[in-house]
Amino acid sequence: MSLVEKPKFRETGVIELGELEKLGLLPPRERLAKGPVAILECPEEIPCNICVPFCPTKAIQMDTIIALPRVQWDRCTGCGVCVAVCPGLAAFVVDLSKPDADYVTFPHEFLPAPRVGERVVLMNRRGEVVGEGKVVRVWERNKTYVVTVKAPKWLGLEVRAIWVKK
Amino acid sequence: MPLRDRRIYEHPILAFHRGRKVIFYFEGQPVEAYEGESVAVALYALGVDVFSWSPRLGRPRGSFCMIGKCSSCFMTINGVPNTKACKYPVREGLVVERQRGWGVLRESASVENSTPISSERIETDVLIVGGGPAGLVAALTAANYGLDVVVVDEHFKLGGQLLKQTHKFFGSVELFGGLRGFQIAEELARKIRESGRIKVLTSSVAYGVFRGGLVGVASESTHYVVKPRALIATTGAQERSLDFPNNDLPGVVGAGGAQTIMNEFGVEPGENALVVGSGNVGLIVAYQLLQAGVRVSAVVEIMPEIGGWFVHAAKIRRYGVPILTRHTIKYVEGAERVERAVVAAVDEKFNFVPGTERTYDVDLVLLAIGLEPDSRLAIQAGAVVKYVPELGGFAPIRTRLLETTVKNMFIAGDASGIEEATTAMLEGRVAALAAVSRLVESSASSRALEEAEKILNFLWNEYRASPLLARARRGKEAVSIAESVLEELRKKYPAPVSFG
Repeated sequence: MSLVEKPKFRETGVIELGELEKLGLLPPRERLAKGPVAILECPEEIPCNICVPFCPTKAIQMDTIIALPRVQWDRCTGCGVCVAVCPGLAAFVVDLSKPDADYVTFPHEFLPAPRVGERVVLMNRRGEVVGEGKVVRVWERNKTYVVTVKAPKWLGLEVRAIWVKK
Repeated sequence: MPLRDRRIYEHPILAFHRGRKVIFYFEGQPVEAYEGESVAVALYALGVDVFSWSPRLGRPRGSFCMIGKCSSCFMTINGVPNTKACKYPVREGLVVERQRGWGVLRESASVENSTPISSERIETDVLIVGGGPAGLVAALTAANYGLDVVVVDEHFKLGGQLLKQTHKFFGSVELFGGLRGFQIAEELARKIRESGRIKVLTSSVAYGVFRGGLVGVASESTHYVVKPRALIATTGAQERSLDFPNNDLPGVVGAGGAQTIMNEFGVEPGENALVVGSGNVGLIVAYQLLQAGVRVSAVVEIMPEIGGWFVHAAKIRRYGVPILTRHTIKYVEGAERVERAVVAAVDEKFNFVPGTERTYDVDLVLLAIGLEPDSRLAIQAGAVVKYVPELGGFAPIRTRLLETTVKNMFIAGDASGIEEATTAMLEGRVAALAAVSRLVESSASSRALEEAEKILNFLWNEYRASPLLARARRGKEAVSIAESVLEELRKKYPAPVSFG
């Protein structure tokens, strides 16, 4: 057995907020309260830097191709380009600044294509249904739909997938 | 006939442009297929699961790898038994029969049904065996230096296993990162067509290397004898099987085989799947099954942790697919196809824990337990190989520039030890540049070596520095030797052939 303790997410396939925070992948509370911001749930040293050149505000930094992505939170505008291009489908944008609801932007690669105004099922990182949301924006890039959903308040950091009812 | 229609008509990523309809005969009945499909895929789409019955026990056999490596889909086609149905394109009027046992080659079959074989001798600078990511990049690299190149591939389309990869590639933009695998295949194939220096022989098998540095290549109508000045083997890999009761039942399919069926040809491999193995292949195929509308009951992993990258695991977990670590498959049951699979927990010594069995009613069990380098051509040519578990099996010993102990025979991609497509493309470039350096005048030669050095530096010092690639890196280190050691090995184990 290795002496280095393996992170729990290597066993479960689910990352907890505490682990994201420890790795510097979770925006600080004050930044979250300000408006839309990217969360890159990319906790391993994958040889990949696709998000870096595509970020329009140059907010993502990586020293080497295997480094973890570092988001400069104040440069990030929450535009969602990283959501569209991340090969690991690990980029999300959350907006926790509104009083009545949280807004979450996901990559979505399933049919039927989500449509604005539609009610969708919201799921957490474990695939558990946690509520219902409304699609407020959809755009597409190389077959990945980038979908923004209005979710019940306090679910912004939990919801990570949607399912469109057929 | 037809029993059902398993073709996929709507897919979130792929558009299936089917060719014109053709009619062929299956056990005497006319059946419809689309041009561009293989016989195996066309029959699978119609609901045929059993392609033959085994010689001794008469057990039903289906398809496993779908890329011509495993011999599970042998059928009698136009009177010729033991024809790989997965590699045989459908054609108007073909006569296809399932065989019981070995099949019989009627003496008249060869006369009645085959076209006359012509022969052709080809002299070329570089022969590349295998038109996947490593081979295609190698071909383009060599052609860029003004060399003549021949690429041979068993399949009727170029691209190798990129053809069935629907996920976006990792890496960087320069390494095709961000593009989906099949898009990379399209891009490379287009550049090959436009190059003008690359001759492509598809549906052709490089069956052996012979004295005098000749390579025999067989296609259906022509026998080629190729004399290259350098040979690059980019022969890829084959999927491993796993021992468990009834593992030969149709519906037990290689994960890559299922990808070929659903992503290359647009046919549902099953309705409800269990995936065995949680490496990247297992995790990615589980996600792709969901995209194709197939239910995934679970992914089972015998080790205490997930094998592949977290991001791939997270992608299926958030859609509710469980990943059971410390669990593996115990057996499957079914009449002519898998009807259920039983999995159980294992202890520290990988023994089943009694009382932990769970039964899944699935018709598809995908084995994603690893690949094995296809080093047959290198071994046949006399290259020294080494068994390296981290690389999935026997891999040729090679220098940093990927030359084997057979002079001017290079190796790249999964055939050189299992890694993934991005490193395969990088290795393809290195192998081609090394070959180029032997064949061109001195200033171009040093330019090629400089370029190779740059790629090697990136590959070893940046890319493979990822802890997630540590195992493969260890494996590649175990077969990489210095030039001086290569010379010693050549003296000790002289190869019967050389090129150049």
